[in-house]
Amino acid sequence: MSTETHELGGHIVPYKDLVLVVTALVILTGITVFVSTLDFGYAALNIFIAMAIASVKACLVSLWFMHLKFEDVITWIFIIFSLVLLCLLIGFSLSDEFLRITPKVNF
Amino acid sequence: MAATSVEHLHSDGHFVTPQDKYSSMKLGMWLFIATEILLFGGLFAVYAIYRAKFPEMFFNGRDELSLLLGTTNTVILIVSSFSIAMGVTAIQRGKKNLLTFLIIVTLLCGALFGVNKYFEYTAKFHHGIFPSTDIFFALYFMMTSLHMLHVIVGMAILFIIMIFNMKGKYSPSNYTAPEVGALYWHLVDVIWIYLFGLLYLVA
Amino acid sequence: MADGTMVEAVRPTYLDRKGFLSWALTLDHKRLGIMYLVTIMVFFLFAGIMGMLVRLELLTPGKTVMGPDTYNQIFTIHGAVMIFIVIVPGISATFGNFLIPLMIGARDVIFPRLNLFSYWIYVGGALIALVSLLHPIDTGWTFYTPYSIRTGTSVIPITFGVFVMGFSSILTGLNFIVTIHKLRAPGMNWHRMPLFIWAAYSTAVIQVLATPVIAITLLLLIAERVFGIGFFDPAKGGDPILFQHFFWFYSHPVVYIMILPAFGVISEIIPVFSRKPIFGYKAIAYSSIAIALIGFLVWGHHLFVSGMAGWVAKVFSFLTFLVAIPTAIKVWNWLATMYRGSIDLKTPMLYALGFLFLFTIAGLTGLFLGTLAINVHLHDTYFVVAHFHYTMMGGTIMMLFAAMHFWFPKMIGKMYGEAVAKIAFALIFIGFNLTFIPQFIMGMEGMPRRYYDYLPQYHYQHVLSSIGALVLGVGILVMLINLIYCIFKGEKAPSNPFGSKSWEWQTTSPPPTENFEEIPQVTDWTYGYGKKN
Repeated sequence: MSTETHELGGHIVPYKDLVLVVTALVILTGITVFVSTLDFGYAALNIFIAMAIASVKACLVSLWFMHLKFEDVITWIFIIFSLVLLCLLIGFSLSDEFLRITPKVNF
Repeated sequence: MAATSVEHLHSDGHFVTPQDKYSSMKLGMWLFIATEILLFGGLFAVYAIYRAKFPEMFFNGRDELSLLLGTTNTVILIVSSFSIAMGVTAIQRGKKNLLTFLIIVTLLCGALFGVNKYFEYTAKFHHGIFPSTDIFFALYFMMTSLHMLHVIVGMAILFIIMIFNMKGKYSPSNYTAPEVGALYWHLVDVIWIYLFGLLYLVA
Repeated sequence: MADGTMVEAVRPTYLDRKGFLSWALTLDHKRLGIMYLVTIMVFFLFAGIMGMLVRLELLTPGKTVMGPDTYNQIFTIHGAVMIFIVIVPGISATFGNFLIPLMIGARDVIFPRLNLFSYWIYVGGALIALVSLLHPIDTGWTFYTPYSIRTGTSVIPITFGVFVMGFSSILTGLNFIVTIHKLRAPGMNWHRMPLFIWAAYSTAVIQVLATPVIAITLLLLIAERVFGIGFFDPAKGGDPILFQHFFWFYSHPVVYIMILPAFGVISEIIPVFSRKPIFGYKAIAYSSIAIALIGFLVWGHHLFVSGMAGWVAKVFSFLTFLVAIPTAIKVWNWLATMYRGSIDLKTPMLYALGFLFLFTIAGLTGLFLGTLAINVHLHDTYFVVAHFHYTMMGGTIMMLFAAMHFWFPKMIGKMYGEAVAKIAFALIFIGFNLTFIPQFIMGMEGMPRRYYDYLPQYHYQHVLSSIGALVLGVGILVMLINLIYCIFKGEKAPSNPFGSKSWEWQTTSPPPTENFEEIPQVTDWTYGYGKKN
């Protein structure tokens, strides 16, 4: 991929690369819609595939469309840290929700 | 030093080199994107919990949504994102009019997305489905309306950038605003990619 | 003073331009710092009066001056205004704005327009929140569901106001992070930065990454009331404990937004008045970052008796103890800095010593509360009330007062009155302890918080506490009157009255609009006291 830089310090992603990325995005959208109509017997598998494809698409958009690939390490740190925090929020509240013992009270 | 020129120095920020200004604006926008991740993250956490608690409700809810409209909107936003990414490359190479054209394409895509959303919402209301119907639709309306708000803000930002671009403000040595505006628009796209998966596909 | 040789030529200071608009539309970080400070002090007095009313009502068992519903509203206003409007921006927005560019040798923050915008949305949010005073809410400052969904009081204005102020907090934090990354003077590398900058940076990280979660939580709460959605409403299949998770995901890190800048202030004050280099610079700097990171992992300790899952509670209890480590590292280092120093007991140093005493109590009682078994006994008692007042008031507000004295000559160009300031400190310190030590004891004995009435056995402790609150209030008034008097009548301050080596003191007092005539060339850290140079 491009290593062309600029006087402002920004990177120029060539048109060709952008076309490749958008093609991949549209194809992945087709795949994820198709897969969602299949029944694997496990709903969890559908969720996993859909979220995995969504994450691949999000990576494509952020790495090339958003030029994250060429950004400073500090940008990466903040983005990754925010994702870690998101996982913590979901992880702790979800595990609390399912490990909680609901007392049975009869009135 | 006269007071006015000091204010000028502040507002114009010309004590900062253009390179510094460019990288600062980008870092600022990335930090804002980090906050947006956590803003929507709250909704994703709510989704995860209630999806696990009430899977039936989510299956029934998904069947009410139109997969066709959802997929169409996804492709529309991907194309809009592609278009503005091309626009940034265009202005970096000095093609001012191409940037204007690509922003118009992006804005049209955004408008089309909004029109589709409008039809989706009215169809739901027509069938008597409201945010208070159940938790799935509460999530559906909260997530998509908050996202729609971001689409509108993004369109406003890009519109202003388009006006400035037509006045010739941007060039290969000054494309900070188009690039930062485009970053925001891509964020809108990325969020939609997840919302599409969560609401239309796996629920 | 060595800097007396610095430029004394008549240069316009940042205070010179007069007129309302020159303030309201200023892009100058120093003016915005002052504006935040004034706004915050107004709200502080307002919420302080609410706190005094609470103490007045509790002077006797049963009804003293107000009914139970009014009492619920008064303590909610006290808590909500103090937390969201006063202490969250308390030091970070006021002294952060004033000091960060000066300390790193810059002319302003990186986005001055955004800074002005942040100030006005802060004021806007505060005013929206005040609309709720027409029918004040009675939920407590935590807005717990499902009561906050059902109560007839005006929940929406105050939560929306907090939502708006959240954006002010996010944008200020964002501005500071980018400023510290991009605008440091030549030679000001990360290990030469004053420790206040490290603290402000850590604070800004929390502001940027925790605040959006409270924003979405409050938005959902508003949607529950307006559209009847049921995420947090058990009657609709929702889960009220989920609200507590979300609320504390922000509201626990937010206590570090409040206290970290206070750590920064004391790290600046102690070396100056001990005439010694700060001890353990890197330990203090990195422990600020560590507190910011670990602070995100402990929110569950507010939910120990809410019915949270057992092992999740154990994990949170363990993580809560972890946060004590970097905090204790800081306290040791401040003490070690003073060891064999030439200590000068000026007012800021007195506040710093007061802080060390009060904050140590606050931190250690925090460990009691983080212990699962003890928490069950102490949860929602006056012990908790006393604990967080020791951190918020004894920690943050004490250091805010210290900062108001320490940087007063720099901000205004006048000296504060030393004798009266010391008397005010004594009143505040004694009054504060008298207010809250009885509350620790009552809490241990089982007095629950937020109760309108109490058993006669707690009477004398409540009386002591109320007397303490009165002394504290008088002390604060004396302090403020002294400072306001000195704005007009104080003697002119030299550039560097305390002999600090930090960069903000190397320019004139008050600083010129552009801060420095020339951007400083930094060759060393700013704590080189006791060396001949």
